[in-house]
Amino acid sequence: MLSIKNLHASIEGTEILRGINLEVKAGEVHAIMGPNGSGKSTLASVLAGREEYEVTEGEVTFKGKNLLDLAPEDRAREGVFLAFQYPVEIPGVSSTNFLRTAVNQVREYRGQEPLDAVKFLTLMKEKMKLVEIDQKLLSRSLNEGFSGGEKKRNEIFQMAMLEPTLSILDETDSGLDIDALRIVSNGVNQLKSDKNATIVVTHYQRLLDYIVPDYVHVLYKGRIVKSGTKELAMELEEKGYDWIKDEIDSAATV
Amino acid sequence: MSTLTKQDTFSSLLAAAPKNFESVRTLGNESFLAQGLPAVKAEEYKFTNISKKLEQNISNFSPALPFKVTAELVKSSVFEGFEGDLLVFANGKFLPELSSKIEDLEVSLISDKPELSLGSIAKPEKDAFAALNQASFEDGIFISVPKKAQIEKPVLLLSFNQANEGQVIQPRLWIEVGDFAEVTFIDQSISLGDTSYFVNKVVEVKGGVNSQIHYYRLQNEGKNAIEVSNIETDIQKDARFSSVTISLSGDMVRNNLNLNLIGSNSEGNMYGIYLINGKTHVDNHTNVDHTIPHAESNELYKGILADQSRGVFNGKIFVRQDAQKTNAFQQNNNILLSEDAIVNTKPQLEIWADDVKCSHGCTVGQLDEEALFYLQARGIDKMQAKGLLLYAFAGEVLEKIEVESFREYCDSLIQDRLGSKF
Repeated sequence: MLSIKNLHASIEGTEILRGINLEVKAGEVHAIMGPNGSGKSTLASVLAGREEYEVTEGEVTFKGKNLLDLAPEDRAREGVFLAFQYPVEIPGVSSTNFLRTAVNQVREYRGQEPLDAVKFLTLMKEKMKLVEIDQKLLSRSLNEGFSGGEKKRNEIFQMAMLEPTLSILDETDSGLDIDALRIVSNGVNQLKSDKNATIVVTHYQRLLDYIVPDYVHVLYKGRIVKSGTKELAMELEEKGYDWIKDEIDSAATV
Repeated sequence: MSTLTKQDTFSSLLAAAPKNFESVRTLGNESFLAQGLPAVKAEEYKFTNISKKLEQNISNFSPALPFKVTAELVKSSVFEGFEGDLLVFANGKFLPELSSKIEDLEVSLISDKPELSLGSIAKPEKDAFAALNQASFEDGIFISVPKKAQIEKPVLLLSFNQANEGQVIQPRLWIEVGDFAEVTFIDQSISLGDTSYFVNKVVEVKGGVNSQIHYYRLQNEGKNAIEVSNIETDIQKDARFSSVTISLSGDMVRNNLNLNLIGSNSEGNMYGIYLINGKTHVDNHTNVDHTIPHAESNELYKGILADQSRGVFNGKIFVRQDAQKTNAFQQNNNILLSEDAIVNTKPQLEIWADDVKCSHGCTVGQLDEEALFYLQARGIDKMQAKGLLLYAFAGEVLEKIEVESFREYCDSLIQDRLGSKF
């Protein structure tokens, strides 16, 4: 589904990603872990099409298409979903109108009929249950005045509405208390199927108790330096990142 | 030195003025001659060089004559969904045959009301254009809302403008609203064709105690229209005056809006949107004068400027020494959509009382890139995402319009301009 080959990306002349290789197949959950500043969020942003990052080398194909050629909105319509680390507050744009515009533009791109108001509301009600989000929140402006937990739940709710094939969760767990974490993870797990894939970007292993990954990759200085299964995450939890850093840095000096 | 800074250009207009209201006109004339047209460096017109604009674009400074307006034109010009009464004007001349007879409302020509103290609210010495109008206006209308009358339906002041030989149009309105009365005006001008003309308008509003007045304006004129307006009102005890000014086009538009809070517990609200493109220049100069304790003023103007358009906002708040417990809030926010668009914004607070709550703020910025990316990342087309954000930006002012049909009409004009429907 997703194939990343030798991806290099920089921002304002500073190289952040220095040759990422990653294959993600339908039905899989990949966790990308790593210390702060290793390039985790950059990878998520580059995949979603954030313009500040310049891809200097490498390629990314998604369902056979060159993802890097597509505008952010077309990536979303193709089925890429980024759950933001910091969801944006947009005063004056109602959550419901925003979502209806988004859902119908995505449907149009996929050759589906737009949803009328009734069908849209029915869908919304159904998906709201997944993340236990209150209807009152959705009658407000998008993310405006939402708590941290509410914003993250709203991200997963949007994900449920847009039915992506590849979901990238960028530090969705950070700042969540255990209840919110459970709700968010439940939502993600219920949306999992053998047709879609999930990339979970996180600093902490805690989230992976709830969203169990098939593969765990450790990102350090812009490269994937170690890959394994969920046991690798346990090891990281126990030993921290220093042993990996030492391993890589000493290998580099040899 | 521009020739217009001398008064010669308007001498024929002044000479041809009607002979009624002799003392009023003399006062206007003297005041105009004393002030002259604003010079290039005149503080109040620093960013809006109206004198130069007139010199370049207007060649015949005599009155644009009234013309025939058909009932069909009126019908097709009234916005969809409007329910209310209608007063129609052609180049400032009132057309009673096309206007409604409004129950509870007295409407007459100003020339039939020789006792009116014109210029007692919009004083000629405050602005050269108010003085010019006072000296040389042709005629105008007097509207009176009796005490306790509740005019539930809005009154649409529909003005058709078109230069013929002359290019100067000087509408004048005197509105009296009795104690405890309520009324809503929608002031809309329509250009017939793209001729260059100069509108110099004066509206004086004399509100009563505990009266409620809404004054909405829609400025959507032709690309060669030049307009200066002076709207001024004294707000009495327990009364409220609210205005919303939507400016969408024109060549150069200058709005002077002056609210004088002269009775305690009075409230003055000024809201506006300028959504402009091309080379349109819109200048909103507002002035709220708190003279007594316990009054409140609220102000919010929002600007969206594309192409080479230019916006000016100047918001003066005076709080006099006696005006304790004043609440005065002012905000002006602008989004520039092009590198060539310019906005000059200037809050001006002069506070002499010591127990007041006043705040002001102004911002000039671009569209929020992070918000734009967020919308795109959800599958929304970039153009539409921009429209959605700008529409949300304007929405805060639009919602101040309490007449639903008019709000929806302005809403649709703004959505059309932003290039998307939501």
